[in-house]
Amino acid sequence: MPKIVVLDYGSSNLRSVTKALETVAESKHEVIVSDDPKIILGADKIVFPGQGAIGQCMKNLREKNLDDIIRECINNKPFLGICLGLQSLMDYSDEDGGVKGLGLIPGSVIRFEENIKDHDNNKFKIPSMGWNEVFQTKKHPLWRGIDDGSRFYFVHSYYVKIENNANIAGSTDYICRYTSAACRDNIFATQFHPEKSQQAGLTLLKNFIEWNGDN
Amino acid sequence: MGLAKRIIPCLDIDNGRVVKGVKFLNIRDAGDPVEIAKRYDAQGADEIAFLDITASSDNRDTLVEVVEKVASQVFIPLTVGGGIRKLSDIKRMLKAGADKVSINTAAVNNPNFVREASKKFGSQCIVVAIDAKRSSIKNNKICWEVFTHGGRNNTNIDTITWAKRMANFGAGEILLTSMDKDGTKDGFDIELTKNVSEAVNIPVIASGGVGKLDHLVDGIILGKASAVLAASIFHFGEYTIVDAKKILRERNIEVRI
Repeated sequence: MPKIVVLDYGSSNLRSVTKALETVAESKHEVIVSDDPKIILGADKIVFPGQGAIGQCMKNLREKNLDDIIRECINNKPFLGICLGLQSLMDYSDEDGGVKGLGLIPGSVIRFEENIKDHDNNKFKIPSMGWNEVFQTKKHPLWRGIDDGSRFYFVHSYYVKIENNANIAGSTDYICRYTSAACRDNIFATQFHPEKSQQAGLTLLKNFIEWNGDN
Repeated sequence: MGLAKRIIPCLDIDNGRVVKGVKFLNIRDAGDPVEIAKRYDAQGADEIAFLDITASSDNRDTLVEVVEKVASQVFIPLTVGGGIRKLSDIKRMLKAGADKVSINTAAVNNPNFVREASKKFGSQCIVVAIDAKRSSIKNNKICWEVFTHGGRNNTNIDTITWAKRMANFGAGEILLTSMDKDGTKDGFDIELTKNVSEAVNIPVIASGGVGKLDHLVDGIILGKASAVLAASIFHFGEYTIVDAKKILRERNIEVRI
């Protein structure tokens, strides 16, 4: 049975993503949560969900040598990053006083600008928490069956600024227009949480499970 | 277009069962939380909140089981509150599949708990619940004081000051309940909601007092809340989440349909 490994970098909340993957895998794929390099390198697909602060996330990755493992398997396996799993692919993040990322997609992570008002003259809240529209800026196998502009669940105070347009798969408006889905070869990564985004999210996860990494 | 305002049905859980309207009607008609959560999910609820009102802490394990079951079948954000006192309580709930925990009394007893929790688990999963009650008028301004222990203890802390402090300590969201309005079906305490929403930069969930769907509109437009929470109007089948979203949309409020 094909193996999907959910990277366990020391965050507590992996159950949601694991359960969502199991639901769409319908027992045709095995979903394993692991931080064991051997298991990760032996996986068919990798899911890297991230939550919390990026400083702690990168520290945990390095302590477990998972940063090198990610670099090794990212060249040949379909890879899905979620939330911090997107942000940590960038070169650099402003969060936590400045943190070096994995540098796998050229770009950086910056904080939403504070004290910006919406058209009703109310300040935009930070974090951006809730359901927002994702506009598909590029055709991609992971968007199959998902309407352009579908809403996904977000919770974040930082967003990614991608250098090359070719790496932008989706964008969303909040305070500014920013990249909410990025891609590169066999990598796809989202700022939103597909595992918490009901039908649209489950469809995206199912597309990932069926994806061979081609574009 | 952009971020949608959220509608959050809240389930009061006692010994692993949903109890309806305990606060104001003495009906303890239990329901299965998994079935009810699935129904709200199907209707388009944006999140679901669980409030554990189990008296004995020995029975809290039942809530963990409820969260596990719901999280295996419902793929929208779940918030769990009631009896969250230690970092290990948070870890247990997140492991069970909760996305956020709400902290009330424990935050008042030890504000640093909120700081530690948001540092360890991230602000995105730390909701500070505030039970506020109108107290007096100081300098021609209304004051609301923070209550704990389900509204029994007055802490004499000013609600606005407290909300700001909790935001600074790393809370990702404020769940604001008006003790004066809770159970009245008269609508939210709009002044309270507006004052807190404007004082903090993090999202505020309005709670307490919803009796009809227009109240949800008022909480968002007049109270400036990012989300509205209600229990009884949905539990008793008076209205569905679909009805609520329809009204919000008619009033030009952005919702997820």
